[in-house]
Amino acid sequence: MTKRDLLSMDDLTRTDVDLILDTAESFLPILQRDIKKVPTLRGRTIVSYFHEASTRTSSSFDLAAKRLSADTIALKKSGSAIEKGESLKDTILTLSAYSPDIIVMRHPSAGACRLAARYTPASVINAGDGKYQHPTQCLLDLFTLRQTFGRALDGMKISIVGDILHSRVARSDIAGFQMMGMDVTLVGPPTMMPRAIESLGVRVEHDLSNLHTADVIYLLRIQRERMQAGANFLPSLREYARVWGVDRSRVRPGQKVMHPGPINRGVEISGEIADDPDTLILEQVEAGLSTRMAILYRTIVGYSDSASEEA
Amino acid sequence: MAGTTTQRLWCKRAAKADLLIKGARVVDPTTGLDEVKDVLVRRGRIAALGDDLEPPRGATVREADGCLLMPGFVDLHAHFRVPGGEDAEDLASLTAAAAAGGYVAAFGMANTDPVVDNAALLEGLAQRAQAEASVPVGFHAAVTRSLQGEQLTEMVELAAAGAVAFSDDGVPLRDADLLRKALQYASVTGRHIAVHAEDRSLTRKGVMHEGAVSARLGLGGMPSIAESIEVERALEVAAYEDARLHVCHVSTAAALEHLARFKERGVPVTAEVCPHHLTLTDEAVVTLDANVKMNPPLRPEADRAALVAALAEGLIDCVATDHAPHCADDKEVPFEEAPFGVIGLGTAFAVLYGELVSDGAIDLLTLVDRMSSAPARIAGIPQPSIRKGVEAGFCLFDPADTWTVGRHTLHSRSQNSAWLGKELRGRIILTVAAGHVVWDAGA
Repeated sequence: MTKRDLLSMDDLTRTDVDLILDTAESFLPILQRDIKKVPTLRGRTIVSYFHEASTRTSSSFDLAAKRLSADTIALKKSGSAIEKGESLKDTILTLSAYSPDIIVMRHPSAGACRLAARYTPASVINAGDGKYQHPTQCLLDLFTLRQTFGRALDGMKISIVGDILHSRVARSDIAGFQMMGMDVTLVGPPTMMPRAIESLGVRVEHDLSNLHTADVIYLLRIQRERMQAGANFLPSLREYARVWGVDRSRVRPGQKVMHPGPINRGVEISGEIADDPDTLILEQVEAGLSTRMAILYRTIVGYSDSASEEA
Repeated sequence: MAGTTTQRLWCKRAAKADLLIKGARVVDPTTGLDEVKDVLVRRGRIAALGDDLEPPRGATVREADGCLLMPGFVDLHAHFRVPGGEDAEDLASLTAAAAAGGYVAAFGMANTDPVVDNAALLEGLAQRAQAEASVPVGFHAAVTRSLQGEQLTEMVELAAAGAVAFSDDGVPLRDADLLRKALQYASVTGRHIAVHAEDRSLTRKGVMHEGAVSARLGLGGMPSIAESIEVERALEVAAYEDARLHVCHVSTAAALEHLARFKERGVPVTAEVCPHHLTLTDEAVVTLDANVKMNPPLRPEADRAALVAALAEGLIDCVATDHAPHCADDKEVPFEEAPFGVIGLGTAFAVLYGELVSDGAIDLLTLVDRMSSAPARIAGIPQPSIRKGVEAGFCLFDPADTWTVGRHTLHSRSQNSAWLGKELRGRIILTVAAGHVVWDAGA
C-alpha cells in the first residue's frame, strides 16, 4: 500500500484500490466454507475504537478480523475512559501501549483519525470521521459495483440521492467513483447540498427528473434529527418522501439501487424497492466483510505477497 | 416542481360578459397602446378592438368618452382575513371591494387564523373562493408553520395546491439562516419568498415613523433603519443564494439604496410599494386617526418622493395595497392602542392617478404597468391585456367622476381607509374580471 494509514480515499492510488478489490475477491471462497476462518493474521492485534454509534461497520470489522484470526479489542465510548474526560491523544497513546498493528477508528469530528495517526505507530483505518470520510464504505461500494457490473466501471453513471451535506459516505464515494471513471450526479434538496460541491466535478440536481438516466441509484439515509424545529433542512419526512423518495415509479426495471444503511423504509426508499432483487443493499453488507478483510490484510502485509496463497 | 404551472387563481362562475365599450382611451402597457378605441367583448373574451364598432345583437353598449380603459389591476399583497377574521372581511366583501377598485386578481397573505401553512387548508380556501369570490383570488402560503419562525412548511405540496408564493408577512423571518433555508427550499417549487423586512428589536414600542412628528406627538418611533437593515440582510442572503426574493411594502429611501445596488448586480429581486406610502407622509399622523396607522408606517416627504421616483423608474416593480381590514371596534380606539393596517383595494388607482399621474410624477402607461402587468409577472399569471382573443380582464375609469370614500363606496366589511370621508376625483366605473362583469357603478 502507498500509505501506512487509510484515512481518506485520497490516501489510495488506483493501484491500491485495485489490489484491495482483487484481494477481497480472493477472500470470497473462504466465506463460502464451513469453517470460515484462515490463520493469515494470527498473532496480529487489531483495536477498534468507536467514539460514535455503529452497528454494521464495527461488527463487519470485528468479524473480518476474526475470520483472519487476528486478536481484537473493542473500545466504545460508553463505559470507557473517554467518558471520564480522557483526551483523544491520551486514549490513542494508551491503546498504542498494547502494540496493536491496526487501530480501526470512528469519531464524530473530521480529521480525528488523522490526528490519532500522529500518536501511534499502528496503522489507523478510518471507519468514519465526522461528515468527512468513510473510505472503507467506499471500497465496499466499489467492490459491490465490480461484482455486479464487472471490472469496467468506466463511464457508468451513478446518482447519489439525499442528504449530501451531512454525508461522509457521499464524500468518500464521490472520490472513489470518480477514480474508477464513473460519472457522478448529486441529487437532493438545496438545503442539503453543500455549496460549491460542483467544484468536485459532479453534476448537481434538485429533483429526480433525470434519475432514470443513471445506471445506479445510490441512496443516502435521511436522519430524523435534520427535521428538528429550527434546523430547517426539511419541512417534513413526508414531503421528503414525496419529492426525493425513491419508489417503484422512479426506478427503471433493472436499474440498480444501493444504500449504505441503515435504511428508512418509506422515507428515502420504499419498502418495495428495498426488497427488490435489483437492490444491492444486502450485497453491500456482504461485500463489507470481504472488503474489510482485504483492507486489514493489505494494511498489514502491503504489496508483498499474494493473498490467495496465504488464504 | 419548478416549471410546472398549477392553477393559482379561483373565483365563482358567472355569466360571461357581452358588451361594447365605445370611445374610451385604451391604455395597455403590454402592447404600448394608448389610443381612443372601441372594445367589443363577446362571451367574456375581447372580440374586437377598433373604430366605430357596431354592437352585435344582445350586447350592452357603454358610451365611455373621456374614460380610461385599462388592463385590470393585480394585487400581490392583501389580507383577506379568511379564515378566522370574517367579521373584518370575507371573500365576497373583499372581491366586491377589489372589483370596485378595478382589480381583476388579488393574492392573500397567509397570516390568517389558522395560518395557511398546509395544503388541505389552501385547498379549502380555493374551494371557498369558487363559491364566494367574484374576482379571481389566490393565496400565499406561510414560510414557517403557524408563522412561528421555527419549521418550514411543506412548500412543494403547497405549491402543487396552488400557492402563489411563500411569505410570513406580518412577522419578520427570525434569522438569516431561516431565510436562507427558505430561499433554498422554495427554489425547488419555482415560487419566490416574499419578506416583511423589519427588525423588531428596533420597532418593539413603535406606533409610527421615528422622526420629528413622533417627537412632537410623544409616540413611540419605528426608525427607518428597522426596515433598511432587514432589507439589506435579505438582499445579501438572496444574492448569495441567487434566489428569488420579493420585498414587501418598501417604505424608506434607505431601503431603496440597497435595492438599487443589488438589482444592479443582477440579483433576482422584486419589490412592491403601497399607495399610502406613495401619497401620504408621517405628517398625516398629527390627526391621531387610527386609519393612518400601519406597518411599515407613513414616512417623511423625502422617503415618499424617493418611492415615487423608484416606482416610475422601475426600481420598485409594482404597487401592492397591503389591504388590511380591521373592523370599526378595533380601530375606534386611541392611536397607540389601535392595530396596524389600512384597507386599499377600493382607492388605490383613484388615489395614485389623482396624486401622481395628474401632476406628472408618473405617466399613466407606467402606472398601469406597475399595477397590472408587473405584479402579474411576479405572480406567474397571464398579464391582463386588452388584445383581441384574450379573456376580458379590464377596468374603466372616469377621471371626472367624484366620489366620497365611505361604507357604500368601499364595499369592504371594514372602513379603515386612510381616505375615509375624503372626496376623490376619478372613479372606477366598470370592471370585468375573468370575463365577468364584476363591478358596474351605473348598475
